[in-house]
Amino acid sequence: MKLLEWESKEILKARGVSVPPSGGVLETTGRLGAALKKAGKGPWVIKAQVLAGGRGKAGGIKVAKTPKEALAVAKSILGMTLSTHQTAGQGIKVDSVLIEGAAKIEKEYYFSVVLDRQSASPVVVASGQGGMEIETLAEEKPEAILRVPVDADSGLPAYAARRLAFAMGIPADKVGEFSRMARALCRIFLDYDLSLLEINPLALTSKGLAALDAKIVADDNALFRHPDLEKLPDHESSALEKAAKKAGISYVGLDGNIGCMVNGAGLAMATMDTIGLAGGTPANFLDVGGSANEERVTKAFTIILKDPKVEAVLVNIFGGIVKCDVIAGGILAALKRVKMRVPLVVRLQGTNVDKGNELLARSGVKLIQADDLWGAAQKAVAAARGAKEAA
Amino acid sequence: MSIILNKDSRLVVQGLTGSAGSFHAQQCLDYGSKIVAGVTPGRGGAQHLGVPMFNTVADARAKTGADASLIFVPAPGAAAAVLEAIDAGIDTIICITEGIPVLDMARVKKTIVSLRGRRTIRLIGPNCPGVITPEECKAGIMPAYIHKKGAIGVVSRSGTLTYEAVWQLTQEGLGQSTVVGIGGDPIIGTTHAEILELFEKDPQTEAVIMIGEIGGRGEEDAARFFKERMTKPVFAFIAGQSAPPGRRMGHAGAIIEGGSGTYAAKAAALRDAGMTVVENLSQIGAAVAKSRKPVSAGR
Repeated sequence: MKLLEWESKEILKARGVSVPPSGGVLETTGRLGAALKKAGKGPWVIKAQVLAGGRGKAGGIKVAKTPKEALAVAKSILGMTLSTHQTAGQGIKVDSVLIEGAAKIEKEYYFSVVLDRQSASPVVVASGQGGMEIETLAEEKPEAILRVPVDADSGLPAYAARRLAFAMGIPADKVGEFSRMARALCRIFLDYDLSLLEINPLALTSKGLAALDAKIVADDNALFRHPDLEKLPDHESSALEKAAKKAGISYVGLDGNIGCMVNGAGLAMATMDTIGLAGGTPANFLDVGGSANEERVTKAFTIILKDPKVEAVLVNIFGGIVKCDVIAGGILAALKRVKMRVPLVVRLQGTNVDKGNELLARSGVKLIQADDLWGAAQKAVAAARGAKEAA
Repeated sequence: MSIILNKDSRLVVQGLTGSAGSFHAQQCLDYGSKIVAGVTPGRGGAQHLGVPMFNTVADARAKTGADASLIFVPAPGAAAAVLEAIDAGIDTIICITEGIPVLDMARVKKTIVSLRGRRTIRLIGPNCPGVITPEECKAGIMPAYIHKKGAIGVVSRSGTLTYEAVWQLTQEGLGQSTVVGIGGDPIIGTTHAEILELFEKDPQTEAVIMIGEIGGRGEEDAARFFKERMTKPVFAFIAGQSAPPGRRMGHAGAIIEGGSGTYAAKAAALRDAGMTVVENLSQIGAAVAKSRKPVSAGR
């Protein structure tokens, strides 16, 4: 799960990592005056709280010198739709802003802790050249990026933190402060089971080092041992994705018009790909899970059909341990409870496939059967096209 | 021959008495797998599914000579179960469990690496369907009947996607030497490249299907191994050509991050190395069959 900047900074502050003075988070400008007072005397920074990088360039972060200016800025950011290079063409509506005292920046650094798949270990990725997107820096100046392994139990050793500080060009009189901060950040990464902790920029200000921005991604698999993270709201998922998650279904909404229901994540992705090769576009990724029973199938149909873009539905189930006739029964039962407003293509394969297909064929329910994945994808694409032309 | 498991493999099942453990272990027993022990703390001395139960893996190994472990322990305790198997001297460990915290796996990997030079521990998974050597040993949750003994090795990051490929092979009359699900998590015990190396050395295996996904660098590493050291043909499929960046597609490992792990980059790396990349999953069985026509002309 991804945390908002202010949520991330609360965790940092509690662990002694220095962050700018906060005036709090506002959803309206009603308490702006109190917030400004709390953040100290100006200037202030007003920051859109959304899960996307590149907020500054898109107009989501602004400095205000006077309370009057702050009010105008807060009003303009609240409710705006932010489009950055990380929002993939879609805008995100800004519901809240963070008010902070502006820091006087002398130099900016980049610091992050990430999980490195290659070495199967957390690693610090840092650079003396901050303020840039790390992807850009990696392309333009790969030699400026430093990597230091972090032990999954003991964290970052003091000597490694000091060596990193000198390599990053931290002023000698700040090396001790940097070392403490870097080690605390690594400890936070381990203690909270994070998959990303990014500070960009980590700045040298007139008052010392401070984390001016903070981005945290926590490991969903470990939330069971972090009740304080688990209780935070899910800012990332759409309403449909949240409903799916609650039902134990893995669903990701996409742009196309063919709804998919598949068992297994890999096969679900491959089914989307096959739809693409057949000339269509998938409306979603949906893994109904190992047990494609009546309850799950009903819920999955409901979720898929809530997306108004859907013009055909493709069900692709490989019956392994769960037999195809049982799955067919589940689909038929689900269809009694859900009104199918678009053409439905069903492809079953695996154990008892003949029995399953016969059940579907004999039911009298209007659906299109397919034997293999390629045929199913082509039929779904044709059905969606037909539905469009008929409309 | 085959890889990882054969008819003589002696399995201990950790978490045998749980619902998933009981259900799938029964299927493995029905297939003829030699499950010689089960471990559930507090259940030692009892029998479950006709299998003797032990309190610890160490006891199970000492009393039964188990040489491979199959783990169904729920996620919060699964990494500890792997460490217990390692500590008990088991070198082949297959962990089916889904949803293990990533840092737990980082700690398991650290242990495995620290033992290098003294022991070769082969951990398969987690979050995987397991391993099957058809007609010899099934250690996992894959449906048995889709498999057939033969000469094609299969290695994959996903479950039902593997079944689809295996089913196509079997329909084409092509059996499998061993089918390995390496798992869909960011940190896994054994990589695509390591399994390719085992298939390359295995005399029974004549060709390999490798099924990958977007995210990570596992497929690219496998391509490098293939180019440098492999003589047998590899047919590859990469799932996720239609997936948008930044969105996680079910598996924790299947995500395009910061422009790396894309379909295009993986497919290009595999092709450049000389593997056959099959774009359309529904044609992978036929692609392997076509290449083998001269050999199986009498069929």
